[in-house]
Amino acid sequence: MRLSPRDGLRVASIGLRTRPLRAALSALGIAIGTAAIVAILGLSASSQAGLLAEIDRLGTNLLTAEAGQRLTGGEAKLPLEAPARITHLDDVDQVAHTGLMKDEHVYRSSMIPAANSGGLQVQAASLNLPSVLGTGLARGDWLNEGTAREPVAVLGSDAAAQLGIDRIYADQRVWLGGQWFNVAGILEPSLLASDIDASALVGYGAAQKYLGYVSLARGGVEAGPPSTIYVRTATGHEAAVQSLLAPTANPEAPNEVNVSQPSDVLTARAAAAGAFDTLFLGLGVVALIVGAVGVANIMIISVLERRSEIGLRRALGATKGQIRTQFLTESILLALIGGVVGVLAGIAATAVYAGSKNWAIVIPTEAWAGGIASAILIGAFAGLLPAVRASRMPPTVALRTV
Amino acid sequence: MSETVLELDGVTKVYGEQPAVAALRGVSFSVRRGELVAIVGPSGSGKSTLLHVMGTLDRPSSGVVRVGGVDVAGLSDREVSLLRAREIGFVFQQFFLAEHATARENVADGLLYAGVPAAERYRRADEALERVGLSGRATFRPTKLSGGERQRVAIARALVGRPAIVLADEPTGNLDSATGASIVQLIRELGAGGATIIMITHDGGLAEQLPRQIRVLDGRVVSDLGAPA
Repeated sequence: MRLSPRDGLRVASIGLRTRPLRAALSALGIAIGTAAIVAILGLSASSQAGLLAEIDRLGTNLLTAEAGQRLTGGEAKLPLEAPARITHLDDVDQVAHTGLMKDEHVYRSSMIPAANSGGLQVQAASLNLPSVLGTGLARGDWLNEGTAREPVAVLGSDAAAQLGIDRIYADQRVWLGGQWFNVAGILEPSLLASDIDASALVGYGAAQKYLGYVSLARGGVEAGPPSTIYVRTATGHEAAVQSLLAPTANPEAPNEVNVSQPSDVLTARAAAAGAFDTLFLGLGVVALIVGAVGVANIMIISVLERRSEIGLRRALGATKGQIRTQFLTESILLALIGGVVGVLAGIAATAVYAGSKNWAIVIPTEAWAGGIASAILIGAFAGLLPAVRASRMPPTVALRTV
Repeated sequence: MSETVLELDGVTKVYGEQPAVAALRGVSFSVRRGELVAIVGPSGSGKSTLLHVMGTLDRPSSGVVRVGGVDVAGLSDREVSLLRAREIGFVFQQFFLAEHATARENVADGLLYAGVPAAERYRRADEALERVGLSGRATFRPTKLSGGERQRVAIARALVGRPAIVLADEPTGNLDSATGASIVQLIRELGAGGATIIMITHDGGLAEQLPRQIRVLDGRVVSDLGAPA
C-alpha cells in the first residue's frame, strides 16, 4: 500500500514544519554553498556577456597595422604615406593613426624627476582617432584643427588617473617634452586600443612643431611617421582588407607590418575571463560538504528524537519502506530548500552586481540546475543512513518509553 | 457463536541468548468478535510482550498467532504492516498524538497506511470522534485538550478503521482515577456498540469492570474468567 504523493509529502515535511528554525539552520550550509557556486558561475557568465556586448557595440570591423621588427633586428617604421594608401583600398571606410614618440614623456609638473615617467607614452594622433576607435570623451574636448597645432594634449583614461587629473579647467597643464601643454580633455577607456589609455595625445602639427616628430618626404619635412594605423572596414570584408593591409602599408617590406584584429583578441580574452574563480568555487563546494554533514547530523538526531513517532507509525501500519521513504524524503526536502534558497540568493547576487555594471544577467543553466540537482543528491546521500536506521528500528523498541 | 478474531496457541517469547529470559511461556487463548477483555498482571508478568505479540509488532519465538484467521508467522513485513493498518488498532498509555496536527487530523492518520483516500479518511475521522464524544473538539490541537480528551482522540484513532481488534495498553495509566473511570466507561460503551477491545492493565479493579479477565503471571495465563462458553 503506497501513500499518495500528497500524503507522502505531508508526512515527510512534518519534521520541517514542527521545527522550522532547526530546519532553516541545517539548510543554511547548503544554501550558502549553492549560492556561492551559482553566483560565481553567474557572475563570470554575466561579465563575459557584458564584455562581448561591449565588443559588439564597438564593432568587430576594426583592424590595426603596426610597425613591427626588421628582419635584421631593430624596430621597423611605417612609411609616412601608409595611411593615405590604405584609404584607397576597397571596402576601407575610415583610417586613423597614431605616432608614438618614444623619447617624449609626460609629467604632472616640471618638478618631477625625468625618470618618473610612470610608463606613460606620448603619441601624435589623427583627428578622427576617437570616432574610429569608438572611444568617447570623459571630460573636456578632443583636439581640433586649431588645437592640433598648439601645445595642447588630450589624456587617455589611465594617463589622467596616474597624473592625478580628474577635471578640466582653463589652466590645467601637464609637463610634456620640456614645456607646458594645456589639457583639453580626458578620454574614456578604450577597449579596442588599450595603449591609448596610458598615453597623452597631441596633434601631428604640435608633434612636429614642439616635439620635433618629423620625417623627410618629397624633399620637405612632414610630421610622422605613424606607428599604428587603425582601419575601419566595411562589415564582412575584414578578411579581405586584412590580407591587403601589410603590402599596402609598406609595399617594400610587408613582413615588417604587424596586422591584427583587436576584437578577436578581446573575444578570446572574454572567453578566458569566463573561466571562473576556482578558489571561490572550491569554497562553495566545501560549504556544500559541510552543509551535507549538517543535514546528516540533524537527520540522525531527528530519528532518535522521533522514536515514538516511528513506533506509532509502524503500529498504524507503516511498512519499513514507508518509514525509510519518509525520512529520506525529509532529508531531500531539507537539502532542496537549502538549494533553492541558495540558487535564488546566487541569482540575486549576480543580478545586483551585473546590474551595477550594466551587464546582461546571465545565469548558466548548469549553474542553477546543477545547484538544485546537487542539493537533491546531497539530501539523498545525507539522509540515507538515518532513514535506514529508522526503518530498521523494531517497533517494540521504538515504542518503549524510557 | 460469533467468529474468532484473535487466536494464540502455545505462544512463547524468549529474549536474549545468555541468559535467555522467557517473557511468555506457552500462552493460549482466543478472543471472539465483540468481546471486551482485560489482560491483567503485575509489572514484569509479560503482559507488554503479550500486547506486542498480539499486535504483530513482535513475532513469537514459538507458537501460533492468528489475527482474523490469518497465521501471522507466514507474512512479510509489507503484509503484516497492512494487517496492522486494517485489522488492529492501538491505544497507548502515552497517547502518542502528533502535537502539530488537529484532533481530526490525528484520528484521520489512523487510516493513513490503510490505502484510504484523504476525503474518506476525514469523513470517517469525524464519525469516530463522534463515537468518543469529541465532535466539538475536532479542530483542537492535542496541547489544547485535557488528558482524558487526548486519550479519547487516541481511542478514536484506533477505532477509525473499524479494526478486528483494538489493543489498549494501560489506557488509564497517565490519567487521574475519575478520568480513567470515564475512559473505561467509554470502552464499555464501544464494546456494547460491537467493537472488540483488549485492555492491558496492572489494575485489578479496572479489569473487573470488563466482562472477561485474563490474569497473567510470569509469562503464563493463570486464570481466564468470563470467557464465553
